[in-house]
Amino acid sequence: MSETAVRVTTKKDWMSDQEVRWCPGCGDYGVLQAVQQLMPELGVVPERTVFVSGIGCSSRFPYYMNTYGMHSIHGRAPAIATGVAVARPDLDVWVVTGDGDALSIGGNHLIHALRRNVNLKILLFNNRIYGLTKGQYSPTSEVGKVTKSTPFGSVDHPFNPLSLVIGSEATFVARTHDLDRKHMMGVLRAAYEHRGASFVEIFQNCNVFNDGAFEDIIGKQVRGEMMIDLKHGEPIRFGADGHKGVVMGGDGQLRIVEVADVSPDDLLVHDAHRADPALAFALARITHDEHQATPFGVFRDVKRDDYGHLVAAQLVQASERKGPGDLAALLRSNGTWTIG
Amino acid sequence: MTITSPQAKGETEAVSYVVVRFAGDSGDGMQVTGDRFTSVSALFGNDLSTFPDYPAEIRAPAGTVNGVSSFQIHISDHDITTPGDAPNVLIAMNPAALKADVHLLIPGGLVIVNSDNFEARDLEKAEYEANPLTDGSLRNYRVVEIPMTTLTQRVTEPLGVKARDAERSKNFFALGLISWLYTRPTEPTIAWIEKRFKDLVKDSNLAAFRAGYNFGETTELFDHPYEVRPAKLPAGEYTNVSGNTALAWGIVAAGQLSKLPVLLGSYPITPASDVLHELSKHKHFGVRTVQAEDEIAAAGMALGAAFAGHLGYTTTSGPGVALKSETMSLAVSLELPLVLVDIQRGGPSTGLPTKTEAADLNLAMYGRHSEAPLPIVAAYRPSHCFDAVIEASRIALKYRTPVILLSDGYLANGSEPWNLPDVATLPDISTSFATEPNHTAPDGTPEFWPYLRDPETLARPWAIPGTPLLMHRIGGIEKEDGTGNIDYTPANHEKMVRLRQAKIDGIARDIPLAEVVGDADAHVCVLGWGSTWGAISSAVELVRESGKKVAWIHLTHLNPFPANLGDLLRGFSRVIVPELNGGQLCRIVRANYLIDARSVSKIQGRPFMSAELVNEIEKEFS
Ligand code: SF4
Repeated sequence: MSETAVRVTTKKDWMSDQEVRWCPGCGDYGVLQAVQQLMPELGVVPERTVFVSGIGCSSRFPYYMNTYGMHSIHGRAPAIATGVAVARPDLDVWVVTGDGDALSIGGNHLIHALRRNVNLKILLFNNRIYGLTKGQYSPTSEVGKVTKSTPFGSVDHPFNPLSLVIGSEATFVARTHDLDRKHMMGVLRAAYEHRGASFVEIFQNCNVFNDGAFEDIIGKQVRGEMMIDLKHGEPIRFGADGHKGVVMGGDGQLRIVEVADVSPDDLLVHDAHRADPALAFALARITHDEHQATPFGVFRDVKRDDYGHLVAAQLVQASERKGPGDLAALLRSNGTWTIG
Repeated sequence: MTITSPQAKGETEAVSYVVVRFAGDSGDGMQVTGDRFTSVSALFGNDLSTFPDYPAEIRAPAGTVNGVSSFQIHISDHDITTPGDAPNVLIAMNPAALKADVHLLIPGGLVIVNSDNFEARDLEKAEYEANPLTDGSLRNYRVVEIPMTTLTQRVTEPLGVKARDAERSKNFFALGLISWLYTRPTEPTIAWIEKRFKDLVKDSNLAAFRAGYNFGETTELFDHPYEVRPAKLPAGEYTNVSGNTALAWGIVAAGQLSKLPVLLGSYPITPASDVLHELSKHKHFGVRTVQAEDEIAAAGMALGAAFAGHLGYTTTSGPGVALKSETMSLAVSLELPLVLVDIQRGGPSTGLPTKTEAADLNLAMYGRHSEAPLPIVAAYRPSHCFDAVIEASRIALKYRTPVILLSDGYLANGSEPWNLPDVATLPDISTSFATEPNHTAPDGTPEFWPYLRDPETLARPWAIPGTPLLMHRIGGIEKEDGTGNIDYTPANHEKMVRLRQAKIDGIARDIPLAEVVGDADAHVCVLGWGSTWGAISSAVELVRESGKKVAWIHLTHLNPFPANLGDLLRGFSRVIVPELNGGQLCRIVRANYLIDARSVSKIQGRPFMSAELVNEIEKEFS
């Protein structure tokens, strides 16, 4: 959110001269298009924008953005981006990562960047597979998945990325997918406007190694009944004419019901700004597998001071209290004596 | 102790130096006692060198040899370089301390024990079968038994201090006694106690300190006090500084001298944490400190800050360097300035976390995958940590490269008087950011090429986010020189590997030539690096005083080496390389220069003693 963002840009200003090298048909293209289209709308400028990525197919993203960018090492993007954002609270810093990068090798950095509420927009491209290393199961792959490294099916229980990040004190948590540019741009805009750490899970299709991983949810034929579109302040309803809805049972569990079967007052009203994360957490876990109705949109969006500003504020306070640093005085601060 | 003036019984006797060792249980406050004695001696004007020696456990089982915490200090009226081979005086607060340290004393040395702590149970905990105070085993020392606990309780009881609490003041009794014995001024200690403590604890500590002092004066256990006169050090304003404090201040200074904001990413680790503690106090210098979630993140944050135009540092010890290795390789590939400070300790793995070692030279030199050369600078005395980190920062900034600075536990915790530099004379290490496109595309469009190098230094331009028109992407994938675009072609990869090496090698033109100390025409040369400086310095001096010719070269730049090093070394028929490792530098110089250097190696978690090195140098004459 740079203050000097006055120059008008076009999508072309955000495109680098590098040839995009994802597999034809890869879901990553849709995300790149959405981001490049969104940037001019946000009124920001390329020179104040930084993309940092780790390793994986999605992590090639910075090369294709005509901004400042760093393609770093596996899993470390949130840590490196923290360095950028803490040093320079004036910049917009985006992190592009994947399910293996962010949730496996880099899990520690992800959760700590979120709890610190570093001003980072973290886009996790979840394709439930390792693409760049050619098809091993990932920490979001379903149990039983047969891959090159699990010929008899995976016995690893997967992460639910959103419940993980909500448990990590994330202040902004959202989900979108690669087949609906408009939805994605809406979510990314909200992520951008949130000050602090924003986490967006993007269902992304790897058509080479895990084609159709989300087809049963976001496929054109089924999405009407399978996607739950969360809208702040509105009762949670979905399906044709909103015939389905979400209620909280007496045991505190969220359940999907036929709206006709319950009183309209019983429908859960989505409150993304609720300080307590329990409802967002419950919404994140309403889906138990890839064949059930799944919420999309902004799960959680609460205010908390961002880390870079808190660190900078301490510097300002110290200067106000002690004046500008005086090196000669520092060297004498433990007492001195003079000889000769 | 050299007696420099005749004296009558009861009069102060002047000695030129003394080595005092305070030893007690981890909870006995020996480090504080040592620190105070150091501080007052520094203010008094002595030259000094200290060696805190403490266990890894915060509170090892009380009364055991494993739980002994010691502090050795060498004070003198002349220039010294080590904390002393052997103490003249040992203050042992319990049998375990006596057992652990008495063998270090000079023959005939003075042992002052807290006799209250020599009950059967105390002896048992220290695994003494007989009471050493009565079984004659200490016959080679002068032993003075003082019931310090009882005496402390006696003076604090009238203040209303409970007997159990009085225990905690007995180290000030010991400090008072030693302050009398070595005629230290009492005011600074009293002022410090008054400032540091409150209420009853303050009163109790003050009473104990005074009681210890008066005890020395009034009992007949000591003939007379000693005096170590102020040292005739070069004129100047001095402060007493530890290596880690000097290092933290050096980082602050480097920020000022480069006119860049500083960001330190660090994860707590012994013996480096004090640098994080110290730096986190100096935010008004524009210093940001982040205690990261792990060692890898700490390096990553420093690197991210460097990309954003800050001076990035990460401080750690050996295990942390291992974890940061991949980030350092990325930094080599990105060609961004970054300083990693390794305060070495005994290893491998957790090893001896509180004890010193200098065995990470190989790790610094080779500890990255593939061909990933980077400059290495080593500090050699506590105060030199200040200059060394400025030099490491200068190289990092000028050559856009990660640099490793090696210090060690001995330098980090040891302290010495430091003749403060005039800050106006410190080097300007500022660099400039790229502000404009540096290339023109065939169609005439101005472009920015992130890897278009300075022809002299081979450094690439540093364009920071926020600069219009210079947007660019860098990454760990091999890139084409100049454009920085991804390039996997075979010839380009070899070119880039050789360019990165040439850039580091070229730094040899920008560092001082190695200098020979002592006799340039000697046959024997001692080659050293790092904290062995103190012991080598006094050993070389002792051997030369005995009439033999010895040369000494001490390295502060370990990669690249000074340009003349090979020629210098080939000029001696014997080269010995003392190191607190298995012979790492020795192997490198043998390989680089084909000279028959001999390794002198010590790996005990302790520094060299001068006498050990004298012995090793002497061997070269036989
Ligand atoms: S492997 Fe999968 S994720 Fe990677 S580029 Fe190809 S389709 Fe996309």
